[in-house]
Amino acid sequence: MLGYTLRRIIYTAPVLFGVSVVCFALVHISPGDPLISILPADASVELQDRLRILYGFDRSYPEQFILWLGRALQGDLGTSIATGRPVTSEVMRAVGNTLMLAAVATFIGFVLGCFFGFVAGYFSNSPLDKAASAAAVFGVSVPHYWLGMVLVIIFSAQLGWLPAAGAGPGGSGQWKFDLEHLSYMILPAITMSVIPMGIIARTVRALVAEILAQEFVIGLRARGLSELGVFLHVVKNAAPTALAVMGVQLGYLLGGSILIETVFSWPGTGMLLNSAIFQRDLPLLQGTILVLALFFVVLNLAVDVMQSALDPRIKR
Amino acid sequence: MADISVSHPVITPVRSAGYWQNVGARLVRDKTAMAAAAVLLLLLLAAIFAPLVAPLDPLEGRLVNRLKPIGTPGHVLGTDELGRDMLSRLIWGGRLSLLMGVTPVVMAFFLGSALGILAGYAGGWTNTLIMRTVDVFYAFPSVLLAVALSGALGAGLGNALLSLTVVFIPPIARVAESVTTRLRSSDFIEAARASGAGAFTIVRVHVLGNVLGPIFVYATSLIAVSMILASGLSFLGLGVRPPNPEWGLMLNTLRTAIYAQPWVAALPGAMIFMVSISFNLLSDGLRSAMEVRQ
Repeated sequence: MLGYTLRRIIYTAPVLFGVSVVCFALVHISPGDPLISILPADASVELQDRLRILYGFDRSYPEQFILWLGRALQGDLGTSIATGRPVTSEVMRAVGNTLMLAAVATFIGFVLGCFFGFVAGYFSNSPLDKAASAAAVFGVSVPHYWLGMVLVIIFSAQLGWLPAAGAGPGGSGQWKFDLEHLSYMILPAITMSVIPMGIIARTVRALVAEILAQEFVIGLRARGLSELGVFLHVVKNAAPTALAVMGVQLGYLLGGSILIETVFSWPGTGMLLNSAIFQRDLPLLQGTILVLALFFVVLNLAVDVMQSALDPRIKR
Repeated sequence: MADISVSHPVITPVRSAGYWQNVGARLVRDKTAMAAAAVLLLLLLAAIFAPLVAPLDPLEGRLVNRLKPIGTPGHVLGTDELGRDMLSRLIWGGRLSLLMGVTPVVMAFFLGSALGILAGYAGGWTNTLIMRTVDVFYAFPSVLLAVALSGALGAGLGNALLSLTVVFIPPIARVAESVTTRLRSSDFIEAARASGAGAFTIVRVHVLGNVLGPIFVYATSLIAVSMILASGLSFLGLGVRPPNPEWGLMLNTLRTAIYAQPWVAALPGAMIFMVSISFNLLSDGLRSAMEVRQ
């Protein structure tokens, strides 16, 4: 177990290095001088040169990369061009909001996905399976940003039951645990949950059908075990994979929240990315993407280790 | 005794149906998949023949006509925020939306397959170099990578297509690599190698035929994702630029109208949904048609 964990961590190190290279390169594949967004149009050549040296853009790419990576490892992701505040603090504030939303959405998606998946797998090829599988296909096919808009139309614009945008009253930028804030989370969380719901439902359906076809299930039934007892055995066999898919989905939602956050003006990393892109705030773009990709890689690592700990069938 | 006529059995060559014919036959029997294919074909034809099918100019509108509801005479599906005919814009929008959704997967199919087959067949350092690079891009959530690349490159159709292609190369290369690696050690490849076939011939004759099928099925399942992502980029303002009709962009510009004319505003998204669910159902049908072993 420890050996597997260590090997998995060692294997992750070069991936993390590659990820940081890609994030570094983002600023340099972007067309035009990276200074262009900070400088006034009539900046003198002298000022341009001074800033270029100040930001280190006069050095070679490898030199710039090493300096950038060194600072990033110490938690310094540079300064946001638009706000003048440190990128690290901007990202960390937003990550909390996105994590909150993504975790709730993953939980809802997991519960619904397992329900639909078990129903579909247990009653394979029955009308119940058809209905549950249809829900799963809906989940993986619906453009979630559109679903969000439709929910806003129904529950905010038409019925007026729930707020349409933001994370709290008066454009509150910070999430709090109370009923009023909760009402702001309902629509974005439900919208976001359809993706993991569809994927988990499909995975669980296939898993359950596969497990039920195995000989040990016939053995259990032959021993006279109740249907509930058989069900518990199926759950135990399906759990490691289902939980692993859930973990990976949490990572996808964290990184892919930009569309939903844009629809609901949710003050998380997606909104941050959105404003970074349109204000050409490259340090902020780079820092946000680095942090989200880091989360994703580390989460996948944790999922792999957890899965191998839970499931003795996985070869270490 | 009557003469014994020896009947010579006439041997008619019974051509057993090939693998792909079986797959095709099974697919045709799948009603859901066929319905999905029909929907896609209809939308594709409408997009291709948009100038003939669309009742009005998709770019011309009169502000006095803005945001008419669904069912307005002359504007069956209403009008958008600039008074342009929605039906015409949805038909024309199919051109860019389908192009943006399908092109990245097609390009990634060729590039990803080539990389994966090369890595799988060559093995060794070539494999390590290619697959570790692929792993780095695979380490980004797909939406994040697409947004990061097109955000850094700047808005525009070409940059959006490029970003999405980069997003879909890693998963396709991974599938291609794992299938090729499994195939490489199989007996018939050994036999081909022993009989003196060169690497290029083996790949062309023996590997491609066995590898492209699974990759193709996998790639079709990515088109639905690609449709959602491509329109999503336009929705964020990173893809097609106004005033061109494209479903994601239309959804974005109509967001302000959700209080005035909600169901007109939701129409472009319904189109994306229809295409994406059709591709998913078709891909599911293709997968189960191919997986059945006789």
